[in-house]
Amino acid sequence: MHPVIRTVLQRLGLGLLTLFAVSVIIFSSLELLPGGFAEAILGQGATPETVAAFNKSLGLDRPPVTRYVEWLGGAVQGDFGKSFAGAGGWREENVRFVSDIIGPRFYNTFFLAALTALIAVPIAIALGLFAALYRNGWFDRIINSVTLTTIASPEFFVAYVLVLIAVGNKNGFAAVLPDGWGPMVKPFVSWIPDLPPLATVSKGTPFWEHVWKAILPAITLTLVIVAHMMRMTRASIISLLANPYIEMAKLKGLSPRQVIVRHALPNAWAPIATVIAFNLAYLVVGVVVVEVVFTYPGIGQLMVDSVGSRDMPVAQACALIFAATYILLNLVADIIAIVTNPRLLHPK
Amino acid sequence: MTTENVDIRSVRTRRSFMQNAWRALKSAPPSAIFGMTVIAVYVLCAIFAPLIAPYGEAEVVGKAYAPASAQNWFGLDQIGRDVFSRVLYGARNTMGIAFLTVCISFTLGGLLGIYAAVTRGILDQVLSRIVDVFMSIPVLIFALMLLAMRPFDAVENWFGLHGTFSQGVKTILNLIFILAVLDSTRVFRLARNTALSVAVQDFVEAARLRGEGLRWVVLREIVPNILPPLIAEFGLRFSFVFLTIAALSFLGVGIQPPTADWGSMVAESKTLITFGRPQPLIPAAAIALLTVAVNFVVDWFLHKTSGLRDDK
Repeated sequence: MHPVIRTVLQRLGLGLLTLFAVSVIIFSSLELLPGGFAEAILGQGATPETVAAFNKSLGLDRPPVTRYVEWLGGAVQGDFGKSFAGAGGWREENVRFVSDIIGPRFYNTFFLAALTALIAVPIAIALGLFAALYRNGWFDRIINSVTLTTIASPEFFVAYVLVLIAVGNKNGFAAVLPDGWGPMVKPFVSWIPDLPPLATVSKGTPFWEHVWKAILPAITLTLVIVAHMMRMTRASIISLLANPYIEMAKLKGLSPRQVIVRHALPNAWAPIATVIAFNLAYLVVGVVVVEVVFTYPGIGQLMVDSVGSRDMPVAQACALIFAATYILLNLVADIIAIVTNPRLLHPK
Repeated sequence: MTTENVDIRSVRTRRSFMQNAWRALKSAPPSAIFGMTVIAVYVLCAIFAPLIAPYGEAEVVGKAYAPASAQNWFGLDQIGRDVFSRVLYGARNTMGIAFLTVCISFTLGGLLGIYAAVTRGILDQVLSRIVDVFMSIPVLIFALMLLAMRPFDAVENWFGLHGTFSQGVKTILNLIFILAVLDSTRVFRLARNTALSVAVQDFVEAARLRGEGLRWVVLREIVPNILPPLIAEFGLRFSFVFLTIAALSFLGVGIQPPTADWGSMVAESKTLITFGRPQPLIPAAAIALLTVAVNFVVDWFLHKTSGLRDDK
């Protein structure tokens, strides 16, 4: 077998194995709960009969291994069982399926992530390229300190600064600036569009309105991941420019533009693609906080809500989706790195 | 010709540890000095919070959402508590909990990591594979799910400690327990890998061959060599845990009110931001400033310890 295919298959197998182990951990954490789940939901004063009825209605009275196999089998087909909210076994029509709750929210989160990626990836690559070309110049220095600050700031800080700007430009930052300064800064901020500080979308929201409402969360996420992406792009291009063939191209008398476009970039795509896939995985974390800040109805917010109300099937499903996305994107990053590695492509 | 009485046999005298530290501090770049100053101010605020703060942590002093004034520098929060005082107490709570968590995670992860690297048996294999799985999911996602399980309740059950802790303390213990365990997987990875690269070197082999015990090999040969990266990692892990605690508290599942904490303070006063008032940004900026400061110091420390040492 070709070594590339073998390595890729190995990596895929390892990814699947990791995902399996993660699913076991996510599922078994439910078993850790002392006194069983029913007591936690129904309260300590619940009678044994109520607890038994609750357990039976959710199928919690069967052995864990059976339930795990069922849960995993269902999860693979997109069925995560019933939510604990409204469960209790008294009324069948109150029971809600986890997949029904997650479905529309999954679309929303995917929408936000895709929008962020569309904005962030071109900006990050352009910035990284320029920072590498004009290394140690003023542009590089400014970009460097700005990105270091956004990396170190919590996402909600970046988000609220943006909200403050979006809201403040309406009243000329009256509450932020001392008296009389408002009219002075007005001409400088009047170009900022009147962005909605809350991203309240619903199922029937038209596409462009959805984009408009999700723009502030997307910019927040962009600021956070562009910093990582740009720094890694810069580092990989700088290490690339240190290669002898770049020096050769320069010595031949090629223009800097030709050196970059003809000689550096073709070799840079692989590391850049890896960087992008790796950083998009970071969105998994960012999306949770940002969705809560902007009350955007996505999986992140759902997970936080379900953790607060201890609705475990929903929390588990969200955790599994996030974990699978994260593992998948890291896998993609790895596979891109393997496939584009010339040492593996041309074996001796 | 010097007239001083110089001992000719010792060409150069060794500087003491303190002298070395002072020399390093004097040559520190501005960013590192800025970082150390910020950290020092934060630590002082955290320790002396009750002395500096004009009002108590949960003391209601006026009308809700009152704007900043001469008495209340940062204004009042949603039930009329002084925000400035709460920011000071928050330094104590948030930083204290993060520091405790990282200490536990380093004890657990560091000891296991070094032990695994030195013995390299079945334990190393098993632990490494478990850590691989834990590292394949972001800490925040894992922590969120485990927080719903409240694993400390189980600990309480095992040791029969029912009723010993109040609900607020239990939430904090849960948080510390979960984050320490999740974070120790990252520490384990670093401690194991650095210890492994030292453990295969000749001087460790020599120590083993001359019959030194495990204790000597670990404490005298390995630990001194892996200490600089571990100290740097301590700073980075601290800022990471600190950010995670702030995020969890902001999401409402971390430190619970009325305990003053920077993350939950942002969440409590977040409605103000839609009226254009910057009050929620104060605790958020406090978080950001500390993380930037820690990063600056760690950067300089890594640069200092990984490069060539001038005094050798």
